[in-house]
Amino acid sequence: MGNKQTVFTPEQLDAYQDCTFFTRKEILRLFYRYRDLAPQLVPLDYTDKPDVTLPYELIGSMPELKDNPFRQRIAEVFSENGDGNMTLDDFLDMFSVLSEMAPRDLKAYYAFKIYDFNNDDYICKSDLEKTVNKLTRNELTPEEVSLVCEKVIYEADVDNDGKLSLEDFQHMIIRAPDFLSTFHIRI
Amino acid sequence: MLMEQVEQKKKLISTMRNKPWRMVKKLSVLREAQAFVEKFEGALGKGKGKKFYAYKMMMAKKWVKFKRDFDNFKTQCIPWEMKIKEVESHFGSSVASYFIFLRWMYGMNLVLFGLIFGLVIIPEVLMGMPYGSMPRKTVPRAEQATAMDFSVLWDFEGYIKYSALFYGYYNNQRTIGWLKYRLPMAYFMVGISVFGYSLMVVIRSMARNANESTADGDDDNFIFSWKMFTSWDYLIGNPETADNKFASITTSFKESIVDEQESNKDENIHLRRFLRVLANVLIICCLCGSGYLIYFVVKRSQTFSKMQNVGWYERNEVEIVMSLLGMFCPPLFETIAALENYHPRIGLKWQLGRIFALFLGNLYTFLLALMDDVNEKLAEEDVVKNVTHWTLLGHHNSSTGNSSTATPPPLDPADVPRGPCWETTVGIEFVRLTVSDILVTYITILVGDFIRACFVRFVNYCWCWDLEAGFPSYAEFDISGNVLGLIFNQGMIWMGSFYAPGLVGINVLRLLTSMYFQCWAVMSSNVPHERVFKASKSNNFYMGLLLLILFLSLLPVAYTIMSLPPSFDCGPFSGKKRMYEVIQETIELDFPLFVAKIFSYVANPGLIIPAILLMVLAIYYLNAVAEAYQRANAELKKKMQMQREEEKNKRNNKASTNPMLQDLEDLLTPSTKSESHPKQAEDEKRESPNRTSPAGKGGKAAAPDGSPMTAGRRAAFTLPPHVFVTQPPALGVRAPYPGQPRPRGHPPGPVPGRGRGPPCYSRAAQ
Repeated sequence: MGNKQTVFTPEQLDAYQDCTFFTRKEILRLFYRYRDLAPQLVPLDYTDKPDVTLPYELIGSMPELKDNPFRQRIAEVFSENGDGNMTLDDFLDMFSVLSEMAPRDLKAYYAFKIYDFNNDDYICKSDLEKTVNKLTRNELTPEEVSLVCEKVIYEADVDNDGKLSLEDFQHMIIRAPDFLSTFHIRI
Repeated sequence: MLMEQVEQKKKLISTMRNKPWRMVKKLSVLREAQAFVEKFEGALGKGKGKKFYAYKMMMAKKWVKFKRDFDNFKTQCIPWEMKIKEVESHFGSSVASYFIFLRWMYGMNLVLFGLIFGLVIIPEVLMGMPYGSMPRKTVPRAEQATAMDFSVLWDFEGYIKYSALFYGYYNNQRTIGWLKYRLPMAYFMVGISVFGYSLMVVIRSMARNANESTADGDDDNFIFSWKMFTSWDYLIGNPETADNKFASITTSFKESIVDEQESNKDENIHLRRFLRVLANVLIICCLCGSGYLIYFVVKRSQTFSKMQNVGWYERNEVEIVMSLLGMFCPPLFETIAALENYHPRIGLKWQLGRIFALFLGNLYTFLLALMDDVNEKLAEEDVVKNVTHWTLLGHHNSSTGNSSTATPPPLDPADVPRGPCWETTVGIEFVRLTVSDILVTYITILVGDFIRACFVRFVNYCWCWDLEAGFPSYAEFDISGNVLGLIFNQGMIWMGSFYAPGLVGINVLRLLTSMYFQCWAVMSSNVPHERVFKASKSNNFYMGLLLLILFLSLLPVAYTIMSLPPSFDCGPFSGKKRMYEVIQETIELDFPLFVAKIFSYVANPGLIIPAILLMVLAIYYLNAVAEAYQRANAELKKKMQMQREEEKNKRNNKASTNPMLQDLEDLLTPSTKSESHPKQAEDEKRESPNRTSPAGKGGKAAAPDGSPMTAGRRAAFTLPPHVFVTQPPALGVRAPYPGQPRPRGHPPGPVPGRGRGPPCYSRAAQ
């Protein structure tokens, strides 16, 4: 394959290919997408691994993410400090997990993290309420929201502590027929 | 062992992308592992093996990429995706399922059209004898004066009747053109492959649907959870689509909430049963009445056809009555069905079944009428054959009378007396039926939906009562009626395509225009249903109906091919005694000798009957196996359910509902670590057929209960539980939480009815 690119060293590219689900071409394309968000901040030469972080506002304005109600949570989950500002590594990681080649387990793990708004390793009722309201843009009445959240806990909570742990969540989502096809961003 | 470590590291490298770590961590671990492998693999020796391995890896990667690209391309080719999504977001999945079905039918018809057009029509038009060169391809002298009139063309007589659209046009020459294309053989084979392809496609679709619905066998257990976590489509990148999606998710939540409330209502059994019986009696009366009406009209049309000077109404009475019945009976059934008060999904199925019975009666009565017609024409044919023979003879004699040595000038094709050509008549009848069906559908939509919506919208300002809320209000999209209409239309196409090759082309056009027209009509004149229920599981029901219709439409065609003699002067099989003789002819003349011998052996009843018996036995065996698997599946599910409930009950410090389980728990609680082994030993000892051993805490219970699948199931049970990326789920016995009484009541009572959702998408004509 052509070795004309000067952005990464060949070792770096190979390492990225091993650590993500992308091919060489896709990684380069992703790099250019990342750079297009802020050309003045991102250097064209990554061989010396510069430490560049893009703020959340730029990430959240990408066409693939801007209409997603969970974009903030996605950025927070994949960023270093949990504040939504992403380096190129985080960026690649994010799209790799959300690509269609990623397996169910991996996606389930990250989906759990995304829907856990308060980062306490449990999806509790308030997390569920926030999720429902984001999904319906606050169009359901509070009673309906409450009903839905209680049904979810009733259905998925196996260890009966009133909130969903990672195991509960994975146990429930692994069987979902639509999960793989909806938890997917094409880039 | 160094080798093991190296293998371990290699495995780590290959699964690095599956690890849920930060990229930085992944990169560093990767580097470490690679350094390790480099250092020590050299010691194990590489050489040529490595290059080949690298080549294999590269090919594998390229193959994966190619497959991905191809899948992307395929999804791009699917038409009307956006239209359907729009309808889906406004009206829910049930209405959209109709359009998805329509699109699927369009695809199937397109393939059929391609087959017929490419293999039958084009060769005849390009390489066959041109129009006007033969009697069968020319409008007879008597009809030439009126052949171009619109009314004649509308009835599919005149020039259209003698065109490639119908059976009668085709020549029975064995090979045509310089390619030696065997047209009669092609015609026959295409006719058969139309049915074969349709069958294959329908069954494949049914199998796929069945597969998907067993995959979410736990559907009822996780409805809300799945809705919450898997309904947002992360692929959406367009604000309008996002709006649609938000609307559709809201609708979907409301659907499920209503569903939930429906299941909590109480019922009065006896009144319900009485009303249902009454409703069924009424509907059976309706069906009988409609059957008799059609019979009566058909008899009348037979007497009409003998009269002269029939008006337009008398000629088309049968079609008109059938269309009217099709238009007014379904709503009648629906009003009667209001007595029954079924769950809407079940009510829908009953409605579909009844309309199906109605249409079936209509269609078969129509076919009977047609058969009478055909038999008459066959009788007529003998007479005409004689006439033609003597006319030709007479013409030769008279022309040779002038000059005894010159060859007689050929009789102008238009003057040759023509046989009645029953196949073309049949084809014409089907085409007319299809066209009138199309017209009735479109007019119904226009008047019933659009004009009504306009009326309600504009006249509402000056009307005494609120037209929008009361009668007539906006129309709801009638899914069942439309789907059945589509299915029956397809049945007619299948029946008629053998005798009118152009019929499939007409249908393709119809489906194309239907898609756009109905999408527009739905978005502009319909409102979402008041009670919205998912129809996704009905997909297999529609497919089942389609399959049934396919068989029912195969029967008449097969009957006519096998037992009726083809007309003597029109069509690709003219001159033969039976249509299927074309196969024998081709085998004898075109294939080498031994093929004919093989076929004659294969066609021997002594071989066919055992083959059929074998197939029947295979079906029986596979059925038994499938049933056994289903039973095993149900048992597994029950056990899982029991286990979960037991755990929940334990948490609540309630007494176990199953005393056996309680006993076993008391026995086992002290020895949590070694529970699996003694329990399994216990299970093996307790082989009594009537006791189900407790759902094991370690998820490893085997339940010997005498069924033949015990061994298999135990093997299935001993599969290790799915290992997650994180720590394995701790399914062991846990100490009960200290004093946490959790009120485990029913979900809260029914939310006060919300009726129709917010007005933003419930009013039409935006």
